[in-house]
Amino acid sequence: MKIDLSFTLNGSPINTSVAVDRRLVDLLRDELDLTGTKIGCEEGECGACTVLVDGQAVNSCLFPAPEVDGKHVITIEGLGESDNRLSELQQAFVDQGGIQCGFCSPGMILSARALLNENPNPSQDEIREALGGNLCRCTGYVQIVDSIQTAAARENSDD
Amino acid sequence: MTELKYIGKETPRPDGPDKAAGRAHYIHDLSRPGMLYGKVKFSEHAHARILRIDTSKAERLPGVQAVITAENTPEVRIGFIRDNFALKKGKVRQFRDEIAAVAAIDADIAAEAIDLIEVEYEALPGVFTTEEALADDAPLVHEIDPRGRPRNDNRLPLRFHHESGDLEAGRAAAKHIASGDFSTPVIQQSCMGTAGCIAEFDLNQQLTIWAKTQIPFLAQRDFNQALADMGLAGKNARVIVSALGGAFGSGLDTHAYEFISILLAHRTGKPVKIVYNRDEEFAYLSPRQSSQVSITQGCDDEGQLTFREIQVWQDNGAYTSWGATFPTVMMLPATSLYRVPNIFFDAKLVYTNNTYCQAMRGYGNPELAWALESNLDDLAEAAGIDPFELRLRNCNQPGETTPMGLKVTTCGLKECLQTVADKIAWPQKRSQGKRRGVGMASLFHVGGGGRIYRSDGTGMILKLDDFGNVNVYFGGVEMGQGMYSALSLAVAEALGVKPEKIFINPTDTGTCPWDVGTHASRGAFMACNAAIAASKKVRARIFERARALFANEAKKNLKKLHKKNPDFKAADFDVEAEARNGEFELQDGFVFLPAAPDESWLRVDLSQLLRAIHFREQGEMITAEAFYDPPNELPDWEKGYGNMSATYTWGTQGVEVEVDTETGEVKILHLVAAHDVGKVLNPQTLKGQTYGALAQGIGYALYEEVLSEQGRILNPNFRDYKIPTVAEMNFPIDLEFIETNDPEGPFGAKGIGEPGLVPTAPAIANAIYNAIGVRIHDLPITPEKILAALKNK
Ligand code: FES
Ligand code: FES
Repeated sequence: MKIDLSFTLNGSPINTSVAVDRRLVDLLRDELDLTGTKIGCEEGECGACTVLVDGQAVNSCLFPAPEVDGKHVITIEGLGESDNRLSELQQAFVDQGGIQCGFCSPGMILSARALLNENPNPSQDEIREALGGNLCRCTGYVQIVDSIQTAAARENSDD
Repeated sequence: MTELKYIGKETPRPDGPDKAAGRAHYIHDLSRPGMLYGKVKFSEHAHARILRIDTSKAERLPGVQAVITAENTPEVRIGFIRDNFALKKGKVRQFRDEIAAVAAIDADIAAEAIDLIEVEYEALPGVFTTEEALADDAPLVHEIDPRGRPRNDNRLPLRFHHESGDLEAGRAAAKHIASGDFSTPVIQQSCMGTAGCIAEFDLNQQLTIWAKTQIPFLAQRDFNQALADMGLAGKNARVIVSALGGAFGSGLDTHAYEFISILLAHRTGKPVKIVYNRDEEFAYLSPRQSSQVSITQGCDDEGQLTFREIQVWQDNGAYTSWGATFPTVMMLPATSLYRVPNIFFDAKLVYTNNTYCQAMRGYGNPELAWALESNLDDLAEAAGIDPFELRLRNCNQPGETTPMGLKVTTCGLKECLQTVADKIAWPQKRSQGKRRGVGMASLFHVGGGGRIYRSDGTGMILKLDDFGNVNVYFGGVEMGQGMYSALSLAVAEALGVKPEKIFINPTDTGTCPWDVGTHASRGAFMACNAAIAASKKVRARIFERARALFANEAKKNLKKLHKKNPDFKAADFDVEAEARNGEFELQDGFVFLPAAPDESWLRVDLSQLLRAIHFREQGEMITAEAFYDPPNELPDWEKGYGNMSATYTWGTQGVEVEVDTETGEVKILHLVAAHDVGKVLNPQTLKGQTYGALAQGIGYALYEEVLSEQGRILNPNFRDYKIPTVAEMNFPIDLEFIETNDPEGPFGAKGIGEPGLVPTAPAIANAIYNAIGVRIHDLPITPEKILAALKNK
C-alpha cells in the first residue's frame, strides 16, 4: 500500500508517494536517486545513513518514510552552496583529511551539521559525543574531529 | 635531489570533494539498464550432505528470472588452489556455503525467492578446532584434493618453513629463556561499504564486471578462467573498480558471489547485481584468520638473543584463499625483527568446518607480532633487563642481510625505539604504580613491494593532451588509503606539472596497464616509482621535440609581449642555438631553458608546446608507458629464504595504560607511534592512514572477535561485534615519522599502509603487564580475561 507524501527535501517542496513499509533511506536512494546517503548496517548501528529531519540527525535506515510528511529533510546533496561548491563544513572535511574511503563521510558530515546548528562552538568532547553513533573504519576519527573544529572556527569567523 | 615542490607538503586528497558531497559512486550506488538483483542461498549446516534442493517454488515466484544451483550450471572452481566452488555440489563444508542463487527484478523478490528454496541435508560431524581437525579419526573436510586424488587428513598442502643457524647451539648459549603460547581471534575487516558487484555480458559474450576488488588484474584472470569453465574460452572479463568503501585485504581474492553473479548474468542475459548487507558481510564474507603461535626465545647475560623457535598452527576454515599464505609474512618478523642468529619457524595449516578466512591488513604480521613482542617482554623480565634496553641491544642495522636473506637497505628501528622511549617518558613511567604502566612493541614489514607472485610489477601510462592535462592510467586501487593523492603528487613532482592538471582514471582492466594488486603496503611505493619512470620518458620525448620547436614558440611569446608592451626589451639570447642543445627543464607546467629560467618569453606553456608537437605535419601525441618491477625476489617458502621486498619498514609503538582491577577495564592514556616511512609523501594522508591503522590495532587488541559456535557465526552485526568508535579513540596520539630516505623508494618513501596496526596489541599487553603484572596470551584483551588473570596471579 502506498501513501502520498509532501515534504521539503533539501529546500524544495516535493510530492511523492511511498509504500507504507519503506524506510526513509529507501525513499531517498531508490525512489529519489539520492545515493549520497549510505547504508552501512540497516540497524541503527553505524550512522552512514544519517540525514537531518527538521534539523535533527536521524538514522534514515530506521526512520519510516511516511513520517517525513510535512517535514524538512536535508541530505548530503542538500548541504552544498550554489555553483557546485561545497559548504564550509564539507570543505573542512576535505582540507583537514577527514575523508578517506568516504563511505562514512555523508553521515559524519550530517551529524556534525546537526551539532553545529545547535552548538556553533562545540568542545572536543561535545564533538565526540555527537559522533558517537557514526562508525568509521578508516580514519581513527582524529582528523574528523579536527575537521569539525576547523569548520566551527570558520563558520564562526564568517558571522 | 632538487627541492621538492609537492612531495612532503600537506595536501588535501583529490577524491575528497566528491566524497564530501556524497557524489562518489560505490558499488551500492551503481545500476545498469535492465539490471536484476541477485541473492545467494547459504548453507544452514557447517558440514552436511546435500540430499535435495527444490527450487520449484522460487522459480514460480513472479519477478524471478533465474534460479541456479550446481546442478544446472557449469562447475566453476575458485581459490588459488582451486579447492572451492562458486556453487556447492554434494556437500557443504561451512555454514556459509553457497548452495543456490536467484536473479529477480527487485531485491525484495530475490530475498523472498531465496526463502522459497528448500534444501534437505544429512548432517555430518564437523571439525571446528585445529586439534579436532588433526585427530586420527577426524571427519575429512575434503575427501579429495582439487586434482581428484583421495585425501587422508585435514592438513593443507602448503608448507612454510625456515631454519637458520643451529637451534641447539642457540639454546645452549642462552642463559635466559621464555616460552609462551599465544592466540589471536578471527576478526572482520568491517569495511563500512559492504561487498558487491555487477556482472554484465554483451552479445559477443564478453563480460564486464564492476567489482569491489584490490586485484583487478588477478581477478580478470580468475574470471576469464570461469568463462572458460562456462564454455566461453577465449572470452574476456573487463574489470572496473568503482569507489571502494574500504577494503583492508577483503578484496585480495575473488569471491563466490562474484562468480555467481557472472553465472546469473549469463543465464539471464541481463546485468546482475549482488550486494551483501551487513549480516551477510559478517557471516558470509571471509574474515581475518585466527592463529595459534608457540614461541620460545633465549638470550645470553648481555641480553643478546641467541635463538628463536616458532611453531604456528592455523585454522584455515573450509577453503583456501590467498589469506592462507599469511605465514609468508609471519616469517618476515620471525626471522628478521631484531638480530637472532639461530631460528626455527614452521607453520601448519588445517582445514576445518569454520568459515574460511582471507587476508586482512598486516597479513600474518599482527598475529606474529602479538606472540613475538609479548614473549620478548617475558624474556626481558627473565633476564632482568629493561625491555626497551633488550630491544636496543638486538636492534637491526642498515646494510645487514637477515637470516631469511632479506637485504636491509635503510633501517630506522633504533630511532623509532628511542623516539617512543622519549615521548612516552620510558624509565619514569615504568615504575609509576597506581595500576598504570607503559609498554612498547616493534614491527618489521615489507616496504618495497612484496613478491608473492611471479610478477610484483605495476604498469603506468601517462597520456598528455592538447591542454597540458596529464591523464594517468594505473591498475592499482584507491580504497580510501590515499593512493590517488600520493600518485598525483608524484606525477606532478616527477613530470613538472601542477597537481590540478593531473587526472587519474578509474581503475579498469580495459584501459589501465597490469598491476599485481594493491596489497602488501605496495600501492604508493609502486605507483610512485612507476610514475617517476613514465615521467622520465614523457620529459625526454617532449625535450627531444622541443629542440626543433621550442624557439619558434618562444618567439611567438615574445611577439605577444611586444604587442602588449612595445618597449619590452628581450635579453640578448640565441634561443635556437640553446634549444638545439636539448637541455630543457619542465616545472609547474612550463618548459624553459636552464640557461634562462626566468626570462618570461622563454617560458613556454606545456600545452602550447604539446599543441606545436601535435598539430603539424608528422606530428606526435605524447604518451608514455612504464612498467616498474622492483628489485626483489620470490622467496622459496619451504626453505624460508629470499629477498621478498625491495626495502623494509620498521616501527615502534609505545602505550601508557591504566587498568581498573575491579572491572578489568583497560584505559589507554597515551599512544606514541614511531614509524620509519622512508619519506613522507603527503603528511595529511600518511597521518590519516596511520591513525586509522592504530584504531584497527586497538580494536584487535581490546574489542574485536568474530564469535562462532560449531561454525555458525554468533555476532554478525555492529551491536555484538564492536569496532572502535570515537569514544574509544579518545586519548592523545603522537605520530612520529622517521625519514630514512630509502634509495629504492620513490622520493625515498617506503610502503606504510599496513604497519600502523602491527605492534599495537603487544604494546598494550606489555603496558598492562607493567601496570598490574599479568600477561594476557589471547586476543582480544577483554575485561573478563584481565580479571581471570588477576585471580590466578
Ligand atoms: S545504515 Fe543506518 S545506522 Fe547503519
Ligand atoms: S572514511 Fe572510510 S569509513 Fe570513514
